[in-house]
Amino acid sequence: MAEPLLAIDGLVKRFGGLIATDNLSLDVRTGEIHALIGPNGAGKTTLVAQLMGQLPSDAGRIVFDGNDITRLPTHRRVGAGLARSFQITSVLRDFTALDNVALAVQAHQGHSFRFWRPARHDSALRDPALVILEQLGLGARADTLAANLSYGEQRQLEIAMALAGDPRLLLLDEPMAGMGPDESARMVAFLQRLKGKRTILLIEHDMDAVFALADRITVLVYGRAIATGAPAEIRANPEVRKAYLGEEHADA
Amino acid sequence: MLDVNALRNPRVMITLLLLIAAVLVPFFAGNFLVSFGSRIIIWTIAAISLNVILGYGGMVSFGHAAYLGIGGYAVGIMAHHGINSGFLQWPVAMLASALWALAVGALSMRTRGVYFIMITLAFAQLIYFVGVGLEAYGGDDGLTIYKRSEFAGILSLKNRATFYWTCFVLMLGVFYLCHRLVQSRFGMVLQGSKSNDLRMRALGFPTTRYRLTAFTLAGAMCGLAGALLANQTDFISPAMMHWTASGDLIVIVVLGGMGTLFGPLYGAIAFFVLEESLKPLIDWVRPGWGDYWRLLFGPLLVMVALYARGGLDSLFERAARPRHG
Ligand SMILES: Nc1ncnc2c1ncn2[C@@H]1O[C@H](COP(=O)(O)OP(=O)(O)O)[C@@H](O)[C@H]1O
Ligand SMILES: [Mg+2]
Repeated sequence: MAEPLLAIDGLVKRFGGLIATDNLSLDVRTGEIHALIGPNGAGKTTLVAQLMGQLPSDAGRIVFDGNDITRLPTHRRVGAGLARSFQITSVLRDFTALDNVALAVQAHQGHSFRFWRPARHDSALRDPALVILEQLGLGARADTLAANLSYGEQRQLEIAMALAGDPRLLLLDEPMAGMGPDESARMVAFLQRLKGKRTILLIEHDMDAVFALADRITVLVYGRAIATGAPAEIRANPEVRKAYLGEEHADA
Repeated sequence: MLDVNALRNPRVMITLLLLIAAVLVPFFAGNFLVSFGSRIIIWTIAAISLNVILGYGGMVSFGHAAYLGIGGYAVGIMAHHGINSGFLQWPVAMLASALWALAVGALSMRTRGVYFIMITLAFAQLIYFVGVGLEAYGGDDGLTIYKRSEFAGILSLKNRATFYWTCFVLMLGVFYLCHRLVQSRFGMVLQGSKSNDLRMRALGFPTTRYRLTAFTLAGAMCGLAGALLANQTDFISPAMMHWTASGDLIVIVVLGGMGTLFGPLYGAIAFFVLEESLKPLIDWVRPGWGDYWRLLFGPLLVMVALYARGGLDSLFERAARPRHG
């Protein structure tokens, strides 16, 4: 087995008395879609923030592509190839959709201590940004203020921004959260197209989507991974059934 | 830079006419108006610098007049010791202001909201009291400057019109700098951080260092305004960095329109014209009360806050848009 792209070892995060990430160990292999499921409050979003360096970890190690990144600041991790999307939409509301993605592109083209050339006429930023917007079906909305996009479109913009830096590991925190069935289906289809091309840690509540997309699944309960395995294994695991899946999926 | 179609926009027209009229002021106006104009222009430069961090960067610095003071004192102190070359005085004024801004910024950049306001105010008060304590340079009473900055005979700032045009050209330069800066990659990061700092960080921007850089550049720019102000009044005193002066600068930026290129100019004109007209008006109604002009100015500001969120700039913008039904 080749070295995993991401190796999490004994990771801990405490909020006062609450242990949100409890001695968690987890691998993500290059090229896989690794789904992370678990009830609300299981610590999924906290883990993403720890992986990105937005929350410091209290113990444990995060190794990305062989390098210990546990103590690196966020921008260095992004430089190494990590990117995330947010469960609660977090776009630049008073920038256009294209500006949002262009900024994500800009973050990957070295430092921004460039004071003179107008960024909005810079094809090195605009062209790749437009390509990504079009992939997400937002091409026609490029010049619309993010605040004026529909909710579903803002969710798509979330993903576009996370993808813009061509990350080696994509952390998607409930990309379908709050979407209607049609929008969800389109997002699943989009992620399906990324399968095999990108390495993704996918947090998702919709079990149908998870079982359709994931190569492997980890079940998180109270900050601990109670099981990791192929979708069929997870489905059959009695502990998972008890703790999480409930009868409808267990019967399926 | 300017295309012909833009001239149909009343906002552009107003600004252009304003600037043309401003160039011509020394030809037709008397001494008072030329000095008055210089004062507006200098404060516009200071307000542009505040607008960079406040309007585009979302940093509510309540101590921006400190840089006016540092720039002014740099000129005053050097003149006091017989160093009159502007080629030396002005860069020193800008550098000293930049260094102080860098220090204040480094210590305050991690705070937000009210804390940021309080810390910047506290540092400005510190500088104010340093000025009061500088007995060798007049302490509380200030210091008269007997010789204006010299530029090797190229410019004579003693000449009222020359001084005015010097300020004017510098203002245009600072406008152009600001215009380039906010459109650049750097400017996008600055504005992005104002809009959603959390997301900007997640995208991989270490935003603190960009905000700190903007804060320092703004300090330098305001230091230049301070150097000009010292020359204009031939005088420096702690009063130029009093917290009320910092407040006036915020008022000018907000009144003109935060985060708009020409807002600081509109704001400065409105502020000083109102000051000059409200004072005599109140004195006429009630002799001796002119100094309380802010009592009338305050409610006016509230009106702007309520009915013209984007300041004067947004009023021109509204006038520029075609009316509906
Ligand atoms: N900043 C915080 N401060 C205190 N507690 C937090 C904080 N963030 C999350 N938590 C708590 O940590 C636990 C895990 O939350 P979260 O990671 O958001 O779960 P999930 O994303 O799996 O729903 C929850 O009990 C939540 O209340
Ligand atoms: Mg969550």
